Amino acid sequence: MTLLYSETEEFLRDSVRRLFADRCPPGAVAAAYDGAADFSGLWKSLAGDLGVAGLIVPESLGGAGASAREAAVVLEEIGRAVAPVPFLSSAVLATTALLEAGDTALLPALASGERTAALAVPLTSGPPTSGPPTSGPARHAAAVRHGDGGLTGRVTSVAGAAEADVLVVPVAGDDGLELRTVARDAPGLTVTPVLALDMTRPLADVEFAGTPSARVGPGEDAVARALLAGAALLASEQVGLARWCLETTLAYVKERRQFGRQIGSYQAIKHRLADLWLEVGQATAAARYAADTIARGDEDAEIAAAVAQAYCSDVAVHAAEECVQLHGGIGMTWEHPAHLYLKRAKADQLALGTPYHHRARLGDLVDLPAS
Amino acid sequence: MSSDEQDIAAGLSARVRALLAEHDVADERAFLGARFDAGLAWVHFPEGHGGLGLPQVWQRQVEAELAEAGAPYPDPGRNPIGLGMAAPTIAAFGTEEQKRRFLRPLWTGEELWCQLFSEPGAGSDLAAVATRAVRDGDSWIVNGQKVWTSGAEKARLAILVARTDPDVPKHAGLTYFVCDMTAPGVEVRPLRQITGEAEFNEVFLTDVRLPDFYRLGEEGQGWRVATATLNNERVAIGGAPSARETGMIAKVARAWRDHPELREPAMHDELMRLWVEVEANRLTRVRLRQQLAAGQPGPEGSAMKLAFARLAQRISGFEIELRGEDGLRYDDWTMRQPDYVDMTGRGPGYRYLRAKGNSIEGGTSEILRNVIAERVLGLPPEHRVDKSIPWKDLPR
Repeated sequence: MTLLYSETEEFLRDSVRRLFADRCPPGAVAAAYDGAADFSGLWKSLAGDLGVAGLIVPESLGGAGASAREAAVVLEEIGRAVAPVPFLSSAVLATTALLEAGDTALLPALASGERTAALAVPLTSGPPTSGPPTSGPARHAAAVRHGDGGLTGRVTSVAGAAEADVLVVPVAGDDGLELRTVARDAPGLTVTPVLALDMTRPLADVEFAGTPSARVGPGEDAVARALLAGAALLASEQVGLARWCLETTLAYVKERRQFGRQIGSYQAIKHRLADLWLEVGQATAAARYAADTIARGDEDAEIAAAVAQAYCSDVAVHAAEECVQLHGGIGMTWEHPAHLYLKRAKADQLALGTPYHHRARLGDLVDLPAS
Repeated sequence: MSSDEQDIAAGLSARVRALLAEHDVADERAFLGARFDAGLAWVHFPEGHGGLGLPQVWQRQVEAELAEAGAPYPDPGRNPIGLGMAAPTIAAFGTEEQKRRFLRPLWTGEELWCQLFSEPGAGSDLAAVATRAVRDGDSWIVNGQKVWTSGAEKARLAILVARTDPDVPKHAGLTYFVCDMTAPGVEVRPLRQITGEAEFNEVFLTDVRLPDFYRLGEEGQGWRVATATLNNERVAIGGAPSARETGMIAKVARAWRDHPELREPAMHDELMRLWVEVEANRLTRVRLRQQLAAGQPGPEGSAMKLAFARLAQRISGFEIELRGEDGLRYDDWTMRQPDYVDMTGRGPGYRYLRAKGNSIEGGTSEILRNVIAERVLGLPPEHRVDKSIPWKDLPR
């Protein structure tokens, strides 16, 4: 078990960082809020040219046969750039669910970047607790049903649905939850983009009204595994985001002068940044451990993911809030990118389970029950 | 492992085996002396002085092999200043004769050490010490008052910072000494603290005569030597990685499991917050150790003491709230001088009160944040009005 980065991982990081520096500078990302932006070209380059869409897909299915550790490094860079790409929704969530459900038909196209998928669950869905099934993936089963006339039901706040070519849908079947796929252009499917707090991870409401679908396999474990991997790896996005906020704020307080001194020479500011730096360091260790346990299929993965989400979510929000505050007035402007990070951090805090959810879940996992 | 490294590993194992074969592990002091003579006390120390001149990473192998054989080891709780601070300082700044005189009995525990740094007027601003040392032939005459000296009542020796030149700015006029605690003029008075016990002492030094042999480093070089010592202290306090859910969080977790009647819904989230932070901190220390082993030491080490203090205070405060009536009781207010700080052996009230010292001793959390901000984050240094004024002209 190592919590460090391998040379391969650093190499991957460099290429992803270069692509984002070139193709999605903060000014371009902000356009996501004005509705006119199209980032599909960026995603094609990342998924296809750099080949990151198939990182966790085995080579036998056309993937890179790498692991969650590499995917986590890509997510760190996505967080650092607040990049509006459906990596988490397609290459982690939908891909993990399909892998677990035994898909072989769709995965090669996802791995090559030729097609993009989204897992049709609300972005706020966390990995299941050990409580009654109503709190786990089965809750989603109630949302979409399969009958003679096709799928019916509605799923709200689905990340990446509008950019996807295919939806991976947990459906209530006769034998419990099953996983089905739906083509984006299938009849009876309506995908309505929502105006979101964070427009860099677009959300959409999805409605099925007699929609044809194809069965992949059993869904209960597939959805649970996908949400677990998603939660574990989202922590790395949060670390990348937090690190950008820390570095950008540090650079600013060294340069900005008030009362004849750099504002970074005042203890009120120094101490806040020292605390933040400590938090970002600890978040890195927690996120690396979560990614590593997923990569190795370690039985500690559930605890590691809960710890990482409970910790890193709040660190990312703290970093983004400090970034706005310590930039003063400029931090409140649309022109400065700090707001992009604040919105992403706050939305990420809810994504795949709030820190409260993960702490409650952890209590069950480590024999510290709530009551 | 390279072939060189395999040779070193095999050589160390052979030394450990020979040590175990020739010396009885039941005779603690004799065994520790033999371990010192075999160069296995601190493998990174010079040969002949308890070490083999190897990189420090090899220490782990020695510790592991000796622990497996059930060999005694020096209790760091019994001589923390000696092992954690005096030894590395003497190794770095001492003469051959000083190393020969001081290191072996320090290692075996025959001579315990204490620290004479802080004064009533020099806490965080250590360079402001007013204790004077004046040269008198081949000796020094020391006068002054020191405070927060743990273990002074048992210590045979001390590390001491004193002012030898008041006519230069404060950092330049200090010299570092070893102080003989049995010398005439050394008076130790226990200092009772908020826990009821007296872990610390005040030490009054009145015309104490120290031979020049007891000077560590050059005259006027005391600040440099002391800084090296304090860095060792912070590393020592920050601690090595431990197993999951150990220490104070284990106490709280056990109380939660054993007493379902104490559970309040809102407390659960706070409990899990603390558990998560302890685990994130533990993983950080695991990662730091991996960085060190890979030859890329991370700067996070300097923050571990800061993190520890904050966690210890939050956990101990929560524990009192959780324990209900037990949280209102206290185990012992008797004034006594404990051998070492026993955070988990005492009651929750003691833990709560004692943890308040964690953010004060060994560098306050405020000073540590300055250190991180300036040395790690590269932020501008504090404005210091006293840096270039001769010490004797500073307002006091």
